[in-house]
Amino acid sequence: MASLSVWRRLVGARVRADWQYRTSFFLFLLSQTVVACMDLAVVVSIFSQVDSLGGWSGVEVALLFGLSGVPFGLADMTISQVETASRHIKAGTFDLFLLRPLPTLLHLSATEFALRRLGRVLQPLVVLLAALVLAPIDWSLETVVLLLTTLLSGTLVFGSVWVVTSSISFWTVESQEVANAFTYGGSLATGYPIDVLGTWLRRILTFLVPLAFVAYFPAARMLGRDEPLGQPSAIAWATPLVAVASVLVARAVWSLAVRHHRSTGS
Amino acid sequence: MRLYVEVARRTYARISTYRSATVAGVFTNTVFGFLLAYILLAVYRQRTDVGGFDATDAVTFVFVAQGMLMVLGMFNDTEIADRIASGDVVVDLQRPYDHQAWWAGVSYGKAGYYAVFRGIPPFLVGALVFHLRLPSVGDAAAFLVSVVLAVGVAFGWRYLLQLTAFWLLDVRGANQLGWLAAQFLSGAFVPIVFFPDWLEVTARALPFASMLQLPVEIWLGRHDGLSLVGVFALQVGWVLALVLAGRHVMGRAVRRVVVQGG
Repeated sequence: MASLSVWRRLVGARVRADWQYRTSFFLFLLSQTVVACMDLAVVVSIFSQVDSLGGWSGVEVALLFGLSGVPFGLADMTISQVETASRHIKAGTFDLFLLRPLPTLLHLSATEFALRRLGRVLQPLVVLLAALVLAPIDWSLETVVLLLTTLLSGTLVFGSVWVVTSSISFWTVESQEVANAFTYGGSLATGYPIDVLGTWLRRILTFLVPLAFVAYFPAARMLGRDEPLGQPSAIAWATPLVAVASVLVARAVWSLAVRHHRSTGS
Repeated sequence: MRLYVEVARRTYARISTYRSATVAGVFTNTVFGFLLAYILLAVYRQRTDVGGFDATDAVTFVFVAQGMLMVLGMFNDTEIADRIASGDVVVDLQRPYDHQAWWAGVSYGKAGYYAVFRGIPPFLVGALVFHLRLPSVGDAAAFLVSVVLAVGVAFGWRYLLQLTAFWLLDVRGANQLGWLAAQFLSGAFVPIVFFPDWLEVTARALPFASMLQLPVEIWLGRHDGLSLVGVFALQVGWVLALVLAGRHVMGRAVRRVVVQGG
């Protein structure tokens, strides 16, 4: 709990610091919103040409888009800062995080916190709410609970992907871009019905980097689709378990990575 | 001129030392290539043609475009703006060379390296899985010319974006906004023939189509004869317009703005 209150103070300091360059802050907030809107614009462009994609209608794909975009935005705001680890390692400033009485991950995410990333959450949230109203969802208590656990679990899964892929930089500092394939690439892939992807990619997204659980399986369940990818639709309820497993893996990889750290400082 | 060629050569050498960064980037471009290709192929399960592109055209477009992203430098690069924000630009301006031409040299040096090492590999990997279209010898030559011009258009845009540092100091917001617009409207995510008509017309009227969409259309053999000359003329026009705009803004900045530092 003590660490959390330190985290809050550090984040508060970051927010006040960003507020000093107001024009830039608003431009950046705007640009973060536009980033998310570009993804939407791609979906809209595609649906200006066809009525359905891989058997999913426009509003159903919008549900996927929201279920993938909101957790991605939340993870982007709270934990994606971990990707700056490579910069700190290169500059030798990562040592600072090791010297202070705060878990490294918490400290790093607080130091690099940026409120402007809120823009990444807002637009998918609007799409999600619209899709929840318009899509043919059979509402029940189960659906509501599934929706909420899915959003939380999705955030944890995306966050874990960020932590694991950023850990690479402890071994090879220049390879940070690989992380983008899994984080931004993952967000791209989960925003569409993964039926459209090739078989091997689908398997990777189900079993290896379990992003299919972030939006696809829960959305299939909410829409009453039978046998998504040949699985019983109750597989959606495995999502929280997948999230817990992802977090455990991420924790293990991160602490392994930090132990491997050799400072560049003199 | 020799000086700027030398700048380009040194930049090429500087960038080429980051080998693992290149491998990482190729991996990421390839992954995005596959994701976008599969998404577009799903569209072609219901139609055979979108705006004159068949499935092979669209998938080829995706992989050529992924290879060109770094050649054009379509990401947040703040090298120029950092020197403005820190005040180091004063030193640059005192030296006996043209500020804009120097950075153009840097852009072309990077483009040369990335064209070979980030441009070709994603296409080769993509070709292992998908049927991709290869250009005729003539189209390939025209494509190369067009890419050289496209790098100029992208540089003109980059230089303008970076100069906002004189007023904003922190350019990351403006930069990200500027490159996102460029990526989307140039067809980097989906070819602009997939856009609704009004948006495609808008995109074609802006400099961004000259960065990516038009060169790849040449690769796909869409332009020959007069139409090809038209594409080149449009690209040259955008290079000139953006470069002149950059010189104008720089002139104002130098006269009006108090640079950082003592």
